[in-house]
Amino acid sequence: MAETISRALRDGAFEGEHAPALTIKDTINTPFGSFVFNHILTQLTSNILAGKSQARGVVLVALSRPPSFYVELLKSKGFDVTSSSKWLRVLDCYSDPLGWKSKLMERGTVRNPYEETILKTSLCKNLKELDKALSSIIELGKEIVEEGNGRFAVAIDSVSEILRHSSPPSVARILSHLRSHDQVSCIFCLLHVDLHEAKVAATLEYLSTMHADVEPIVQRTNGQRNTSEDLPMVEQCFKRGKFHVRFKRRNGRVKVMREELYVEGSGIKFTEVSSADGLTAQGLVPKVQFNLELSEKEKLDRAKVVLPFEHQGTGKPIQIYDGRKSLNESETEEKQASVDKPQTPEDSGRGEIIYFRDSDDEMPDSDEDPDDDLDI
Amino acid sequence: MDNSRANLLEEAIGIGIGKGGRVVVVEDCVETSGAFVLHHFLKRFLHPDSSDVVIFIAFAHPFSHYERILRKMGCNLTVHRKNHRFVFLDMLTLECPERNGREAREDGLLALYGEIEKAVEIYSSLEGSRTITIMIDDISLIEVAANGSSNHMLDFLHYCYTLKAKYGCSFVTLNHEDIYSSANTLQLILQTEYLADVIIKAEPLATGLASDVHGQLTVLNKGSVSEFGGSSSKVRNFHFRVKENNVDYFYPGSQT
Repeated sequence: MAETISRALRDGAFEGEHAPALTIKDTINTPFGSFVFNHILTQLTSNILAGKSQARGVVLVALSRPPSFYVELLKSKGFDVTSSSKWLRVLDCYSDPLGWKSKLMERGTVRNPYEETILKTSLCKNLKELDKALSSIIELGKEIVEEGNGRFAVAIDSVSEILRHSSPPSVARILSHLRSHDQVSCIFCLLHVDLHEAKVAATLEYLSTMHADVEPIVQRTNGQRNTSEDLPMVEQCFKRGKFHVRFKRRNGRVKVMREELYVEGSGIKFTEVSSADGLTAQGLVPKVQFNLELSEKEKLDRAKVVLPFEHQGTGKPIQIYDGRKSLNESETEEKQASVDKPQTPEDSGRGEIIYFRDSDDEMPDSDEDPDDDLDI
Repeated sequence: MDNSRANLLEEAIGIGIGKGGRVVVVEDCVETSGAFVLHHFLKRFLHPDSSDVVIFIAFAHPFSHYERILRKMGCNLTVHRKNHRFVFLDMLTLECPERNGREAREDGLLALYGEIEKAVEIYSSLEGSRTITIMIDDISLIEVAANGSSNHMLDFLHYCYTLKAKYGCSFVTLNHEDIYSSANTLQLILQTEYLADVIIKAEPLATGLASDVHGQLTVLNKGSVSEFGGSSSKVRNFHFRVKENNVDYFYPGSQT
C-alpha cells in the first residue's frame, strides 16, 4: 500500500488537474509520522533518479529537522549526496525561522551561527511571512527544472510547525496554491494531529487526495496520559502501528487500505494486517497461571472427537430417518439386507425395526391427537 | 551506590552509548518532584573523568540551592564554575517587561538565547572533545518569564535545539506535567514531547504513599535514527528512593 502511495506520487499530476497531495498524520502515542515521511521521501527520490517519475526533483521544506539530518538519511539509503544539487533543493526553515540568529550576528554576539551542509539550501528567516516562503519554494523548484515545462515535487516535513506561526486559513491557502501551480508534480506533508484542533486536520484532508493515518495498534481505552499503568501497551505502540490510507478518486470514490507498520533497523516495514494480529493478541493476554491456549497436538486431538449424536457410519452415507423414506427405497434395502444377512452372521445379533408408512399423504409425526374424536 | 557503574536510569537512557545530541525531557508532578533527576545528570556530566561542560539555565532556584545539594552528592559546583566547566545563568531576575509589548518579550528570550549560543560557541572552539549539555530548570517558568506566551517559549526551545545540529549539544529540561492538564494547554507539553528523544516521567506510586519507595520513573526512549542507524525505542519503569546524598533506582519488588 505504501507502494500505491509512492506510485501515485511518482505519476504526478494529470493535465488539467491539481497535483496529488498526501497528508501523513500521527499522534504522540505512535510517533512514526516522520518515519513514514522519510520512507516516502526516499522512495520518491529513487524514482526521480531512475527517471520514472513525473517530477524532476524535490523541494524539501525542512521545519522540524536540520538539513544535516537529511544528508545523513540520504547517505544511509545509498544516494549520492554530492550530486544532489541536480534533484534536491532544501528550504531551511529549521535553522533560523524567526531571524534571531541573524539579529545576534548583527549585534556581534555570535560569529557564525549557521551550519554548513553539502545540500543546496536556501534559508528562510521569517516563517511568519508565508508568501515569501511560498515564492522561495517555487523559485527553488524552478532552479531544478531549469527549462520551462518540467515539474517538481514539494515535501513539507512538518505542517504543525508552520501552523504554530500562522493561521490555518493562510496555511491552507499556501497548500492549495502549491497544488494548483502548474509546475508542481505532487506534494506530501506531515501533521501531528494532536497538536491542533480537529478542524485543522479536516481542512488539510480536504486539500489532499490521499491521507495516511498512523494509529496505535491498540487504542488505549482510558484516553489518559498515565503511562505507568499500561507499560506493555505503550511499548507495543512504540514499535508498531496501524497504517490507514484513504485514497480519494477524482469521481469521489474513496478507497481505504490498511496495513501494519514496524519500526525496523533504520526504517520502517509494512506488512499485511492479518499476519501478525494473533501475535499481538497473544502478547497482550495477561500472564496467568493456567493454560488458556491449546498446543498443536491438543488441537488435532480435539478435532478427532466424535460428538455423541454424530452418525458413526464409517465411510457409509449418513442416513438419519426423517420419516419420509419412500416405499421403493425401503424395499430394495430390505432385499439387500436379506441377501447380505447369511454372509455376515455376526450381524444377526442386531435388532431391527421395520416400519412401512401407509401412504405419503399421511403427515409424519403430526401434532394432532389421533384419539381426538374418541367419545368415551 | 557505586558511582562508576551505570544505574538503572542511565541504562534506560543509554547515556554511555549516545554521546551528545540528545534531548531529554523530565516531566514531574506536584506529588513527585523530578528535580533529583536533574541533580543526578548534573553530577554525572561534571564527573572528574570527563571534560564535559554544563550550561545551566536556572529559572527556579538560585546558585546556592544547587550548590548545597550537589555538595552533599560529592560535587563542588563552585570549583567547576571556576574551572569553566559549569556555566550558571541565573534567570530569577529575568523579566521581560511589557514596555513595547511583544517586541520586548521576545527580546528577553532572544538575549538569553544569544548568551547561550555565545557560551556554546566559545566552549566548542576550545580544543579537546567535549559534550556541551544545556539544562533548563524549568520550562514552565520560561513561559512565566515570557508573560504567558507559550509560543515564545516554544520558539526559544526550538532555537536552543538548533544548537544540537551544529555543536552536538545535549539537552536536559524539567517540566511540570500537571499544570498542562486541561485540554487546551495539553498541546504545549505534547510539543515538547515531540521534540524530545527521551522522556522521563516522575510519578507517585499507583498504590499510594510508601515510606521506602518515593515514586516511580517511566523512561520512554524514542531512540535516535540519525546516530544509531536504527530506532531502538524502549520503555522502562522502575521505582526510586531519594536519600540524603544519592538516589536508589530499583525494579518493583527487587528491594528487600
